[in-house]
Amino acid sequence: MEHIRTTKILHHHIGSVEKLALTTSGCPLVIQCKNFRIVHFIVPRERDCHDIYNSLLQLSKQAKYEDLYAFSYNPKQNDSERLRGWQLIDLAEEYKRMGVPNSNWQLSDANREYKICETYPRELYVPRIASKPIIVGSSKFRSKGRFPVLSYYHQNKEAAICRCSQPLSGFSARCLEDEHLLQAISKANPANRYMYVVDTRPKLNAIANRAAGKGYENEDNYSNIRFQFVGIENIHVMRSSLQKLLEVNGTKGLSVNDFYSGLESSGWLRHIKAVMDAAIFLAKAIMVENASVLVHCSDGWDRTSQVCSLGSLLLDSYYRTVKGFMVLIEKDWISFGHKFSERCGHLDGDPKEVSPVFTQFLECVWHLTEQFPQDFEFNEAFLLQIHEHIHSCQFGNFLGNCQKEREELKLKEKTYSLWPFLLDDQKKYLNPLYSSSSQKFAVLEPNTASFNFKFWRNMYHQFDRTLHPRESVCNIIMNMNEQNKQLEKEIEDLESKINKCKNEQIDGVLTKELLHPVHPESPIIKTSLCFKEQTLLPVNDTLRTIEGSNPADNRYSEYAEEFSKSEPAVVSLEYGVARMTC
Amino acid sequence: MEFAELIKTPRVDNVVLHRPFYPAVEGTLCLTGHHLILSSRQDNTEELWLLHSNIDAIDKRFVGPLGTIIIKCKDFRIIQLDIPGMEECLNIASSIEALSTLDSITLMYPFFYRPMFEVIEDGWHSFLPEQEFELYSSATSDWRLSYVNKEFAVCPSYPPIVIVPKSIDDEALRKVATFRHGGRFPVLSYYHKKNGMVIMRSGQPLTGTNGRRCKEDEKLINATLRAGKRGYIIDTRSLNVAQQARAKGGGFEQEAHYPQWRRIHKSIEREGASILIHGTEGTDSTLQVTSLAQIILEPRSRTIRGFEALIEREWLQAGHPFQQRCAQSAYCSSKQKWESPVFLLFLDCVWQILRQFPCSFEFNENFLIMLFEHAYASQFGTFLGNNESERCKLKLQQKTMSLWSWVNRPSELSKVTNPLFEANSLVIWPSVAPQSLQLWEGIFLRWNRSSKYLDEAYEEMVNIIEYNKELQAKVNLLRRQLAELETKDGVQESP
Repeated sequence: MEHIRTTKILHHHIGSVEKLALTTSGCPLVIQCKNFRIVHFIVPRERDCHDIYNSLLQLSKQAKYEDLYAFSYNPKQNDSERLRGWQLIDLAEEYKRMGVPNSNWQLSDANREYKICETYPRELYVPRIASKPIIVGSSKFRSKGRFPVLSYYHQNKEAAICRCSQPLSGFSARCLEDEHLLQAISKANPANRYMYVVDTRPKLNAIANRAAGKGYENEDNYSNIRFQFVGIENIHVMRSSLQKLLEVNGTKGLSVNDFYSGLESSGWLRHIKAVMDAAIFLAKAIMVENASVLVHCSDGWDRTSQVCSLGSLLLDSYYRTVKGFMVLIEKDWISFGHKFSERCGHLDGDPKEVSPVFTQFLECVWHLTEQFPQDFEFNEAFLLQIHEHIHSCQFGNFLGNCQKEREELKLKEKTYSLWPFLLDDQKKYLNPLYSSSSQKFAVLEPNTASFNFKFWRNMYHQFDRTLHPRESVCNIIMNMNEQNKQLEKEIEDLESKINKCKNEQIDGVLTKELLHPVHPESPIIKTSLCFKEQTLLPVNDTLRTIEGSNPADNRYSEYAEEFSKSEPAVVSLEYGVARMTC
Repeated sequence: MEFAELIKTPRVDNVVLHRPFYPAVEGTLCLTGHHLILSSRQDNTEELWLLHSNIDAIDKRFVGPLGTIIIKCKDFRIIQLDIPGMEECLNIASSIEALSTLDSITLMYPFFYRPMFEVIEDGWHSFLPEQEFELYSSATSDWRLSYVNKEFAVCPSYPPIVIVPKSIDDEALRKVATFRHGGRFPVLSYYHKKNGMVIMRSGQPLTGTNGRRCKEDEKLINATLRAGKRGYIIDTRSLNVAQQARAKGGGFEQEAHYPQWRRIHKSIEREGASILIHGTEGTDSTLQVTSLAQIILEPRSRTIRGFEALIEREWLQAGHPFQQRCAQSAYCSSKQKWESPVFLLFLDCVWQILRQFPCSFEFNENFLIMLFEHAYASQFGTFLGNNESERCKLKLQQKTMSLWSWVNRPSELSKVTNPLFEANSLVIWPSVAPQSLQLWEGIFLRWNRSSKYLDEAYEEMVNIIEYNKELQAKVNLLRRQLAELETKDGVQESP
């Protein structure tokens, strides 16, 4: 049955289902997926189409977490394997790696029971001189109680990236504890007296927030801060920007002009640049001025997560490794309460909460990999695979909106962690050109002139096989690297065999020569010398064939299928049932 | 004319050169007949060695006694020279202006250039039409070489030797030439061995408003199709433009007179059919299309030598007016109407296909960039003149060096060879969706950003490939050694 092509789509990946007007060949059904796949079906009978449509609508919108795939996904591991999987990423270990706690920074137990901030993790690092009353006071002055805490500590510079939410300052409110906490952060940096406070929102948005009793820091009230807006738009602007982009991409017979003007008017790349510029601001503050930075937006879980994680990635090469990137996502996104379930629409909920904030982060990282092709241990497929799984609901990592919620869902007991599965498959995700020799604190200084920002075709058209290069340099070099390792091993084996052989012969000759002198011109030796050069692993034949022009082919599907094979929650529509026309 | 007359100030000291991504350098600026040279006189290296013919436009500015000249080059580089002294600066500027816009081709650098390398193969004889025809003559006898244009009398922009249908004699060709723009009668551009279908090209038919016909033209075109076969006449212009051309004596073929042919003004789906293609003159978009089609269809044109042969056949011999088209470039404000980046656009298309099939080409991006540069400014004579007739009169073969003599040496070839190349005998269909087309950064961002990290990554890729070859060779050697030892063992043990 292998010759029958099947197309599998996870219910959770379905973003929208649309039934189009009946045609002579049947009823068209269009499924738009969150991983940017668009599938057109033509169902011969309208009634069937209607049934499928209704079923898909119901199946793709779950009301409860417990109905999500992760709770039934079973990779046949026992409990201890599952637990070990969850323990793979250990944030306490990560803070230790950064160099905290130390004489200036300590672990605070203030939020151990989620009493101060429900959306923060239990373990938070704060300046040693910030007492608990200061922390509690500050948290009351910050939106959702998200007071300033450590996100990244730069050991060499002794400077820190901290994060929080907007202050509840309104037009004139002050909070001494908050002012103290900021001063404590400044003081925790012995190299520089002033610190930056970066409000990632556009200034107008921040001003508008003051009317609602929120707002931004008044430089006059805080000693030694330098306040800066960086102008990243909010989740609603980002959502509609992506929507516009996808509309352009989905246009039939798209012209070059329409593509570029559509790309331009979607504003998507402008937003990507804004995030990147903000991250560069952070990295420069630390590298050039030795200054600590406090970052916030409104609630401090979207733009703040983008900017803090990207800034850390520019500063610290560890986050550019496979494992380090997982740690970074666990730290700045999962643990600090980026609302994955709401932003990805895991459950049937408010569509206004959905926004491609994390996708933008991945795209920024992709842009960096394009500019610095040797500085990342992972390749593009890794980014795409992570993107696949923030929506797949197959693993527990991205379910829920904060750590407290995840604990209540008992995810570690009931679901599996994605990371060990990715690590097991690491080979697929390694960048063959990675040069690990780079220093730990080799900072990346990306060029953000506008021409560096380009459309990420392999993300937004990852399933449109015909749009991609037919020969992949990355895959060829990846396989060649792999083959080189095998060849090295084979050379070792051959050399030891040859040595063994030689030694035996010396022994043999010594004993045999006494009995039979060897004929030097033995005909058998002669013929054996003419043996044909054996072809080695057929790397070139298999790798360099032109990939099929079947539009249903998909370069990355193999990775996706790896996880979703023969699982009950997967739809399988074969050609016999419905014809695929995408 | 002496160059000395144009060079008002041959030398200025303390000039500062500013270039993107390099620190400013101070040195001595020298003007020669063909070059602008800036040397800091340290380590005997020149920081800048620029052909005047590469200069597209210059701007000058003054701040007090300090003059600044901004030089914009045809390869899109922009450099700045700070020159102390207003008079020196004005002199330098006007000299550069004069030297970069010489009227006479024979004053151009290729006529003065003395090669410092050993010529292994004279490029002027690397791609002779007779040899090229031999590649086809084994597969078909329907075509012949015609010497009707030997004296360039029938068509001034055609080469002396062309390939035409065997059944059409030279007399008929002369008549057809009078019916086609510029005398460009239909000739063979490409023969597809797999199915015998062909690509021909020509100038537009001179039908005019009253629908003039030419019996011989119809006979020639119809003779190229076997019974039952279909052909397409692709007019690269829109129908509207083609119709307007009739008012000026031009026009397009009436399908009624060419029964097996369909005329179209857009691209076609894949189908085994022959093609006649023309625009107005058949020297620009026509050549872009015929040569790109060959890149897609024919593996040979994706090799270094095959691509050179293609440039020679479909651009130089076919009469693309390089001299006119490349006289100025994008920065020049006083461009003539005949200037146009037709060849660059073609190279960009090739680059797009190369991006999509990175293993199917023997050459890399550097090769295309090199051709772009030499088309606009070069020490070699290859791209001088507008057609073979002009090149003959200029005696380029005797007086200048061919670009191919220089490129086809191992040391140069190694720079333009694609390490990923693996001969691919298939037709390569590129994607033309807007999402698949990219900005050619190697040309358009070359001087706007540092390519350090990309270059290093490329080098690393080359290293991995080289290492792989080494390991393969070593494994083969060891396997042989082991087999040898084992048979020895066998011999010894067998008795």
